[in-house]
Amino acid sequence: MSKRYLIKGGRVVDPVRKIDGPLDILISDGKIEKVGKGLNAKADEVIDAAGKIVAPGLIDMHVHLREPGREDEETIRTGSRAAVRGGFTGILCMPNTDPALDEPLIIKSLKDIIKRDALCGIFITGAITVERSGQKLTDFEKLKKEGIIAVSDDGSSVQDKKIMQEALERAKASSLLLIEHCEDPLLSAGGVMNKGFISTKMGLKGMPARSEYEAVKRVLELAKRSSGRVHIAHVSCKESIDLIRKAKKAGVEVTAETAPHYFTLTEECCATYDTNTKMNPPLRTKDDVEAVKMALADGTIDAIATDHAPHTDSEKDVEFDYAPFGIIGLETALSLGVTELVDKNILSWDQLILKLSANPAKILGIPGGSLKEGSPADVVIIDPGKEYTFKKDAIVSKSKNSPFIDWKLKGKAVTVLVAGQIAMKDELIL
Amino acid sequence: MQTNEKKIIWKKKDLLGLEYLSKEEIELILYTAASFKEVTTRQIKKVPALRGKTVVNLFYEPSTRTRTSFELAAKRLSADVVNIEIEASSVKKGETLIDTGRNIEALKIDIIVVRHNASGAPNILARSVKSRVVNAGDGWHEHPTQALLDMFTLKSKLGRIEGLKVSIIGDIAHSRVARSNIWGLTKLGAQVTVCAPELLIPEGIEQMGVKVTTDIDEALRGADAINVLRMQFERDGALAFPSKLEYFKQYGITAERLAKCKKDIVVMHPGPINRGIEMSSEVADGKNSVILEQVTNGIAVRMAVLYLVAYAKDPAPSEASKVRKEGAG
Repeated sequence: MSKRYLIKGGRVVDPVRKIDGPLDILISDGKIEKVGKGLNAKADEVIDAAGKIVAPGLIDMHVHLREPGREDEETIRTGSRAAVRGGFTGILCMPNTDPALDEPLIIKSLKDIIKRDALCGIFITGAITVERSGQKLTDFEKLKKEGIIAVSDDGSSVQDKKIMQEALERAKASSLLLIEHCEDPLLSAGGVMNKGFISTKMGLKGMPARSEYEAVKRVLELAKRSSGRVHIAHVSCKESIDLIRKAKKAGVEVTAETAPHYFTLTEECCATYDTNTKMNPPLRTKDDVEAVKMALADGTIDAIATDHAPHTDSEKDVEFDYAPFGIIGLETALSLGVTELVDKNILSWDQLILKLSANPAKILGIPGGSLKEGSPADVVIIDPGKEYTFKKDAIVSKSKNSPFIDWKLKGKAVTVLVAGQIAMKDELIL
Repeated sequence: MQTNEKKIIWKKKDLLGLEYLSKEEIELILYTAASFKEVTTRQIKKVPALRGKTVVNLFYEPSTRTRTSFELAAKRLSADVVNIEIEASSVKKGETLIDTGRNIEALKIDIIVVRHNASGAPNILARSVKSRVVNAGDGWHEHPTQALLDMFTLKSKLGRIEGLKVSIIGDIAHSRVARSNIWGLTKLGAQVTVCAPELLIPEGIEQMGVKVTTDIDEALRGADAINVLRMQFERDGALAFPSKLEYFKQYGITAERLAKCKKDIVVMHPGPINRGIEMSSEVADGKNSVILEQVTNGIAVRMAVLYLVAYAKDPAPSEASKVRKEGAG
């Protein structure tokens, strides 16, 4: 039996229920029993949330957990701990593991590991094509029976239009979300950062924004033609945003996410050849950063997802050209959202929770994202004013590849409940 | 030489690129090189300036001329020199750059001169070791000592850099020599034009403060000096330009083209020359060519660089090697 908790005195922010005010929350049997003013119910434990924000647990719809295959970088256990540290109660893992998540048996064994090791909810994305090679579709129905909720070949784009068209149709038939990593590999070939003055100056091969938005354009056209539904992963440039905005207006079923680094950093951060600024898509220009912020504010971009991509120090401590793409993000996403968006009046708290919880839950069709009575008690308690320095030795993830090490950040998750159980209490992960 | 040149003190641990140097620091190197130039003309071409110091030439790319030049520069300063050549193809399997750097440092050496095919490798090495790091050319990024010797040669020929019109001609996109020259020349007040076929002009290069043209005649008109880059036709299996003959026709420096230029135009080339491709033999060996003087000056310039970094006062880590701590906004 799980304990009865009473979260008292906090500012409850629940964009789905349009709540933003001082309320208490009673949790029992792993569920939200009641949300109300001045609740005085009996509880096993009263959690004092005075001065804190109480919100539905955060949901990250783009995480690389590396298990199976690269357990030296991250595991279900370490990755889900990092998630909890960051205030997340649910995460969606990507299928570019080794082997790729393209067969029912692999999904099945992954589910066993999740059952054994996960500290938060972990949802699974299956591969669109076998071995993510873009050649032959996987069996969406069978994978769904094993429990996947989305499909993607993330890390690469599906290049063949016919295959993509069929994938969109089948995803629709199986009610699976199709998530597309948009990149034209012919245009980005060999590139290691954004193409422009900075890459020219640094003597590095560039990936033009065009390699992203041409692929966005193509998949939007296919989605329109097949009346399918597509979710665009890690949007980084202005032109992609314009295309998505237009498509939404035209009634195409499209949703989109961006990652915290795309509203925080520009390509200029690459100038010292710090390989923790190397990611795909690459950091873009100031104009792109502004466009991403605007798109978050006007709703063109629905969700903030981290694209948490762990790599070991020895993989990253090499020449810029040789380093793998990607950075970890679970532990800094919320703080960057507060520091860069809420504090700078780009988003309200309500909107931030929408992007980090309610919208991802809605897009994925999973429980959570709201504090409705009767729903699983996935809750995060945030200290909105907490200022801290993000230190390398405090990183929970197995990998430490973050460009935000030693940054002064504001806003931090302090307590997390997953399905009514405490996963982190006063910054201590259980 | 300006009077303020001697006032400044060299404080940089490394020489990673001319982008990271001030005008005064560049002038200090050229000034120091001038006094070492005199040494190289003596009967006994050796001074004890770096006696007891060890220089390691760490080369990940084959290079006879730059390595020899650095080796002679170090030897003429009485330093001990060790050459290490590592094949780029073995790097991915073998020891990392940082590990190699730290192992070399553990041998108690003083300066690492590094040539690397990956842009930024010297920056990464510099922040991983306490030894001084001198960039001998990295990828398409920078080749600071080449640009310094180009500027030294230009200054000794024409007496100044400021106000000169200098055109850099050839594969700008893939040239570290071009980038270092652009930084150095513009900092010292020259007007720089870059000239190349469309495909070999990298995006945003004009933001480095240069004029851009695809027209060779425009690049030559009124130029006080030209720096002609070595043309490499095959890159990643793709052709950068349709044919060598066609390149020579459109961009090759010939006596006819030179005849329309300023009479005393200085013709430079970082070598090795492809005769009959970037320039005709007549031009390469002609009276305007300073190509061999560049080679000679290279030693004096490299002596100056080795000397300055070796005795840098309380060197702070170079800005260029620091990992950024602040955000974009």
